[in-house]
Amino acid sequence: MAFTQEEIVAGLGEIVNEIAGIPAEDVQLDKSFTDDLDVDSLSMVEVVVAAEERFDVKIPDDDVKNLKTVGDAADYIAKHQS
Amino acid sequence: MSPTNRTVVVTGIGATTPLGGDSASTWEGLLAGRSGVRPLEGERFANLPVRIAATAAVDPGDVLPRPLARKLDRSAQFALIAAREAWADAGFTARAGEDASVDPDRLGTVIASGIGGVTTLLDQYDVLKERGERRVSPHTVPMLMPNSPSANVSLEVGARAGVHTPVSACASGAEAVGYAVEMIRTGRADVVVAGGTEAAIHPLPMAAFANMMAMSKNNEHPTEASRPYDTGRDGFVMGEGSGVVVLESAEHAAKRGARVYCEVLGQGLSSDAHHIAQPEPTGRGIAKAMQNLLDSSDLKPSEVMHLNAHATSTPQGDVAEIKALRRVLGDELDHVAISATKSMTGHLLGGAGGIETVATALALYHRVAPPTINIDQLDAEVDADVVRGEPRPLPSGTIAAINNSFGFGGHNVVLALRTV
Repeated sequence: MAFTQEEIVAGLGEIVNEIAGIPAEDVQLDKSFTDDLDVDSLSMVEVVVAAEERFDVKIPDDDVKNLKTVGDAADYIAKHQS
Repeated sequence: MSPTNRTVVVTGIGATTPLGGDSASTWEGLLAGRSGVRPLEGERFANLPVRIAATAAVDPGDVLPRPLARKLDRSAQFALIAAREAWADAGFTARAGEDASVDPDRLGTVIASGIGGVTTLLDQYDVLKERGERRVSPHTVPMLMPNSPSANVSLEVGARAGVHTPVSACASGAEAVGYAVEMIRTGRADVVVAGGTEAAIHPLPMAAFANMMAMSKNNEHPTEASRPYDTGRDGFVMGEGSGVVVLESAEHAAKRGARVYCEVLGQGLSSDAHHIAQPEPTGRGIAKAMQNLLDSSDLKPSEVMHLNAHATSTPQGDVAEIKALRRVLGDELDHVAISATKSMTGHLLGGAGGIETVATALALYHRVAPPTINIDQLDAEVDADVVRGEPRPLPSGTIAAINNSFGFGGHNVVLALRTV
């Protein structure tokens, strides 16, 4: 099943809230995970793994470094979901 | 005064233990003679031979912000909570540097653990088996490493003079305090946050200790299970939590007008070289540690009015300790009020030396020795003045106290504290 961008951003919001304690509504497309959302490199791995499970995608480690913002991640997930 | 001869004092105290979520409630519990031992609920403990433990009175996950708590092993959570209390209690209002009264390059951290992040290790192994390698937390290594509590406390307070983690089983917390004293005495630091922490109440360590025949199996009467010096004792009860002190050179403390609880005179160390998990039965190694303490500090046996004994509630260890004390202190042992606080807190393993340093410092500061609970019939071999029933007032004037900690592997650590 395909998720809409809105659903993906909302889902990422819940994940970042759980991991970094940032309110889910602050997780917006233009926000940087490290600079704005308090997600360090180790916690980013947690975000990625949680997103993989939630949206049924695979995000290889090599691609993770390109996911700087919530928008980058949402686009990647939208493009790669089965 | 030369840098190798600096006086070291306690200026901050913090704890989170089976008796309370801070040092005040812990101290109140000790004076009230309250047991922190409870039944272990839950299916995973149901088939163990030992189903009791002194679990933390306040869950650390409820105290720390969730994003921080999930990156820390329970042992580090306890240490951070105790360290925050001790840091604030010492009068510091921010990290070193931001609080101008402490230089980050002159601040150290020495927090010990006996077993480290064992619950993280075991829980993440379950994740690996049940959910696959991808789900193993990327925080696993920084959570399970035994230096994690000390490192996380150094991050919290901004300590840059060194972060250390002595590992000596159940003597670890006391060794940490002794190491911190040396850091200050030798001029490496002016202030050191020191203590011990442990969180090993998990079925695997519980089963392993039980199979060593080291633990009380008094599952039916949890609050009566930890009974040092009683003829009915049958082993220790595992506890969890942390005790942390802020140690400081007397000069540094005076300069910033800090409240001083007591002086730490130093430590005496020795090793048994006898057995990996049994105390040397005559107490020879313990006596040697005590003698080393007397030889290396200006402690006079006549000053010693209080002793927080190691006394885990095992038949062999409790008596060996008393024999050793008698051998070194002679008749002077008769005026020492002995408290075995593990009768109430259980045995915090690597955290024990931390919480017992806290208890000893508070006993001197308030001049009162906590009772030892659960002594119905005192072992006839315990030829000493064990405080029972009510807390015992300690004399006025300059008095000293000793805090003993011994660990599997033959580690003997004896600390001496004195009123100021």
